[in-house]
Amino acid sequence: MITINPCSAELPGALGETMPFLCDGAVITLQSAVGGSVLAIAIALPVGLMATSRHRGVRAAARVYMEFFRGTSVLVQLFWLFYAMPLLTGFQLDKLFAGILALGLNLGAYGSEVVRGAVRAVPRGQLEAAVALNLSPFQRMRYVVLPQAFVEMVPPMNNLLIELLKATSLLSAITVADLAYEGRLLVNSGSDQLIVFALLLAIYFLLSYLITLLMRFVEGRAARVVGRERPRRRAATAVEAAR
Amino acid sequence: MIWDWDWTLEILPGLLTQGLLVTFQATLGGAVLAFVLGLFVALLRRSRRPYISRPVGAISEFIRSTPLLVQLFVLYYVMPDFGVRMTALTTGIIGLGVHYASYTSEVYRAGIEGVPKGQWEAAIALNLPRHWTWISVVLPQAVRRSLPALGNYLVAIFKESPQLSVITVVDVIGLARELGSERFRYLEPMTIAGLFFLLIAIPASILIRRMERRLDT
Repeated sequence: MITINPCSAELPGALGETMPFLCDGAVITLQSAVGGSVLAIAIALPVGLMATSRHRGVRAAARVYMEFFRGTSVLVQLFWLFYAMPLLTGFQLDKLFAGILALGLNLGAYGSEVVRGAVRAVPRGQLEAAVALNLSPFQRMRYVVLPQAFVEMVPPMNNLLIELLKATSLLSAITVADLAYEGRLLVNSGSDQLIVFALLLAIYFLLSYLITLLMRFVEGRAARVVGRERPRRRAATAVEAAR
Repeated sequence: MIWDWDWTLEILPGLLTQGLLVTFQATLGGAVLAFVLGLFVALLRRSRRPYISRPVGAISEFIRSTPLLVQLFVLYYVMPDFGVRMTALTTGIIGLGVHYASYTSEVYRAGIEGVPKGQWEAAIALNLPRHWTWISVVLPQAVRRSLPALGNYLVAIFKESPQLSVITVVDVIGLARELGSERFRYLEPMTIAGLFFLLIAIPASILIRRMERRLDT
């Protein structure tokens, strides 16, 4: 069997010319997407839970974070972190790190809203039953609320992860050598525009599709853990929730 | 003192007038295009002819899964090859409009599906022609339901419009970058530009949430 390496320079014509560079870019894009989503989820879970807290101060703190980072786009936050902040604080962030930070902080704010909504959607009776069984607050969260909320979270999280993947292209604006950057470089150095852009779009689409496949798998597993059938797809409502 | 107030006062008027004007043009142009195009996409996707509904659905899915920035590059670099010459701002407005049409079409679809079945049946019982059913019964209700979500996308388009600065549109962010590069000092222009977005986007989204609650009841 012949295996074809899609990144090799031996591919015929324009493909061999461009694919090695695009693959380098794709690796950076994946790195920033994975880094950004880990940070976003690490922020979204605690902040989302804080937003459902009984204490007003805690709720307000979560709200301020969410409104602040949803008030501007990734690009604006990225420019600010990379260009403006060094003057204020005196240290310059590495560009990839600044990118991951901006992605994580921005998408983390959207994720918090998803977590908050999912936790609030767990029926009250579940919580009351947990109290009646004398579970501690930690146990109520860990064994009753979170597993059920998690199933609700997955479809909107899928959309957010795709938004995050798309937003990684903005890192090219601060010269991180990701897919979009490599593509633009190739075009500027005289490669066939149509082929380069078609490949770029195809790679981004493929990566988005991979995310969707992965999240469907996660959703199925999560639903089985709480003894539910896999929920039917609700594309339209999920898209709205992502905003 | 790190913050330079004199320079701030010097650049503020330019950012407020010239920069914000271009941002608003891009936002409004993009939004109008997205709202109109999205409705057509939603209707085409409902077509009973699969050779219409399938490709339209696939294209809109594709546009939604790929970055706006790359789509802007495509428009900006490739269109002139086909003899279509446009200003950067026009290119950006088309990019924003087409990209967000793939989102708004989902909003309209949800709105159309939310129209009660009885409305359709009543239209049939009244022997209303099919296009009149759409124009005078279904769409007015569907669009009304879609308004809050469309408002959210208006704010989203506003917030994402700085991406046009990458294809040389001089909006608030583009101007801030220009001003910053003159002195190698980005703190003041970038902070002011960021504050603009916060000061407009946060009240706007609060307003839309109010509207949503009002339409619910």
